[in-house]
Amino acid sequence: MSNITKLIIVAVGGQGNLLASKILGEAALDAGIQVQMSEIHGMAQRGGVVESSILFGDAKSSIIADGEADILLGFEPLESLRAVAKCNKDTEIITNMRPLQPFTSAIGLAEYPQQEEIEKLLRQKSKNFLGFDATSLAIEAGTSLSLNMVLLGALAQRELIPIDKDLIEKTIKEKTKKQFADTNLKAFHAGFKKAEELG
Amino acid sequence: MHKLLQGKPESRHFLLGNEAIARGAIEAGVAFATTYPGTPSSEISANLFEISKETELYFEYSSNEKIALELVSASANSGLRSLCLMKHVGVNVAADVLMTLAYLGVKKGLVLLTADDPFMFSSQNEQDNRYYGKLAGLPVLEPSSVDEAKEMIKYAFDLSEQLNEPVIFRTTTRINHSSGIVKLNDIKSPETKGEFVKDPMNYVSVPAVSRKRHKVLLDNLYKAATISDSCSYNFIEGKGSFGIICNGVSYAYVTDSVKDLGIEDKVKILRPGFSNPMPDSLINEFLKGCEKVLVVEEGEPIMEEYVRSAAQKEKITCEIKGKGDGLLSRLYEFNPSIVRSAIASFFGFENKSAVPVDTSDLPALPNRPPNLCAGCSHRAVFYAAKRAGGSDTIYPSDIGCYTLGFLPPVGMGDFVLCMGASIGTACGFSKSTGKNTLAFIGDSTFFHSGINGLVNAVFNNHNITLVILDNRTTAMTGHQPNPGVDMAELGFDTYNQVDIEAVVKSLGVGYVKTVKPYNIRKTQEAIEEAMKFKGVSVVIAKEKCVLYAKQLGQGKKTVFQVNQDKCKNHRNCVNDLGCPAFYIEQNQVKINPEMCTGCSVCAQICPENAISPVKTK
Repeated sequence: MSNITKLIIVAVGGQGNLLASKILGEAALDAGIQVQMSEIHGMAQRGGVVESSILFGDAKSSIIADGEADILLGFEPLESLRAVAKCNKDTEIITNMRPLQPFTSAIGLAEYPQQEEIEKLLRQKSKNFLGFDATSLAIEAGTSLSLNMVLLGALAQRELIPIDKDLIEKTIKEKTKKQFADTNLKAFHAGFKKAEELG
Repeated sequence: MHKLLQGKPESRHFLLGNEAIARGAIEAGVAFATTYPGTPSSEISANLFEISKETELYFEYSSNEKIALELVSASANSGLRSLCLMKHVGVNVAADVLMTLAYLGVKKGLVLLTADDPFMFSSQNEQDNRYYGKLAGLPVLEPSSVDEAKEMIKYAFDLSEQLNEPVIFRTTTRINHSSGIVKLNDIKSPETKGEFVKDPMNYVSVPAVSRKRHKVLLDNLYKAATISDSCSYNFIEGKGSFGIICNGVSYAYVTDSVKDLGIEDKVKILRPGFSNPMPDSLINEFLKGCEKVLVVEEGEPIMEEYVRSAAQKEKITCEIKGKGDGLLSRLYEFNPSIVRSAIASFFGFENKSAVPVDTSDLPALPNRPPNLCAGCSHRAVFYAAKRAGGSDTIYPSDIGCYTLGFLPPVGMGDFVLCMGASIGTACGFSKSTGKNTLAFIGDSTFFHSGINGLVNAVFNNHNITLVILDNRTTAMTGHQPNPGVDMAELGFDTYNQVDIEAVVKSLGVGYVKTVKPYNIRKTQEAIEEAMKFKGVSVVIAKEKCVLYAKQLGQGKKTVFQVNQDKCKNHRNCVNDLGCPAFYIEQNQVKINPEMCTGCSVCAQICPENAISPVKTK
């Protein structure tokens, strides 16, 4: 069977999705695993959706079509729901559940779905669902900017990608800015622990 | 030392496609590089600009693509390996140079990189620039992956020197913005001292010379065809009676699809990486023994048409398909699933694709449309202009962040074509409808090709008003320099600065006024006055891009708040400005202090004066 693992990461611009993707790419390089990554950042720079796809293993493509993701890692619940078309019945979803209101709903022009509704739908549409308030764990670790590390921690705990926890930790130490390394590792561990607790 | 100069030969790195291309150019010993910024090519330039500060590489942000290509036409004919980078539509601007440069040729390697954008992630069209190879009679190289891109751009310089012709290196967004593992090689130290040997009978493109040079070009093209036939970037893989011909990123999708479908023993693949001129003998060898052939290429059916005519010449009658017939589209970009379905359906294999989950029961999800940033000065100008011009005025706009002004609630921008076109189209609308026309253009776009439109408008005495949104940088593509930028602020002392107001005045524009756009009243008054002026009038709204100001440490410290006891919920602020710093909580407008940049525009338009600065102790 295929040795390819397909991971989709969705986030809102500024949430640190691309750094998280880069860390996974660097870790794969370190582990001797082939990796292809692709990012979408067009005109929707500020506050728009940023999506990256990462394929570990023997693939040449760098993008993932609808229905073909093995894992969906979401940094924001609405964006996880929007990206659910990338999933099939065997996809695992890991997502932050703290909303970041789009401008349209922030000024009352559109309605942000209820959190319970989002969770219900994401559960229904995935094989396994792991959702929690990753933003508050990031803030506890020192800064909301470490949200990406919390989610990498949860991803590592699930052992869904062919890279182990220690290697991701090592990459965070080496590849993120020195002054943030401690906070980043704290956030990574918090996410890992949370995923463990939620089973 | 710059990251891309550091890696040791043979070491492996996880690089963005555009980083790999920049490294490839450095390994090739590039000495001279020019560009006009444009996504998806921008990161190549950004890296080369940084590298040029610590090496002998000459790098410049030229004020448009035509000029960028003119510079390298000279440097490559002075013996320097030269690279010119642009997005696909930039080649339209540079095309005048390209067509005749092909006649004159080059003495040293010249590579023109065109970054095409299928699906238009950040472009106004998705034209397929492989046609430029055919139009100009120049070789085209197309990498299929990030690591191949690095090697292939080096080959592009060699090929250019072998043929004495520029080489077109064509990427697509999926190569530019994908990352992969890349093995580094030695960096060749560049030849940086140029020398030009005069040879007017070959360099001065008068008819007599061009007649001779056109023949040289065709001879070179013939030679290129021979090289293409034996080039290792053109190869056949696998065995079988089903054939697939694919280029660029489609090769990755085809390879993965063939494996996923389990048909490796039934299919052979031809991958032209050197795709103009196409490798005739290789194509003939490939077609012989094929029952059916599918051509998988994003964009236009260029290879498909070529291969069909090649088959006809050889009296090969196998079925050749690609675009249409429910197989592949000329629209947008492909993905592995689209390609797999086409292969399965054309050759009659079962496609066991994963089934996407049902999304029909999802509620309507609020969108995140692109928006002008919180505190963007363009929003202030649009607010003032809308009130000055009203709904009957026609508002042509241009290419830049401010294009987004056409979206509600701002709704300013009636016609956008291409770089610099706001002025010419404004003149056309004014003349043909007799209505007021007010055009918007950014500073970088003004220098790029807006000036020409303004010269024409003055000469022909058109009745238009132009607002130049001078935010002191090329914001859209990531704050690259342009001729109006104060380079001293960025730590450079070798540049000059071109003053927009002085340029406009020198052209003989009858009404010129520079305003600070955060002052809404004065901006509106200036635009009203300009519109009353018969003839060409120009208002320059000068205010540094908020993001750029922040980068330079010049951001405003004050933030604003809505005083809830004064606010009567008219919501003019939210409804007319649409600044993303606003949000509504318990039916009250609030301002997110994390996002507010202190522009004060909302405070000026609030009918209750309910918005004021947050007092800092």
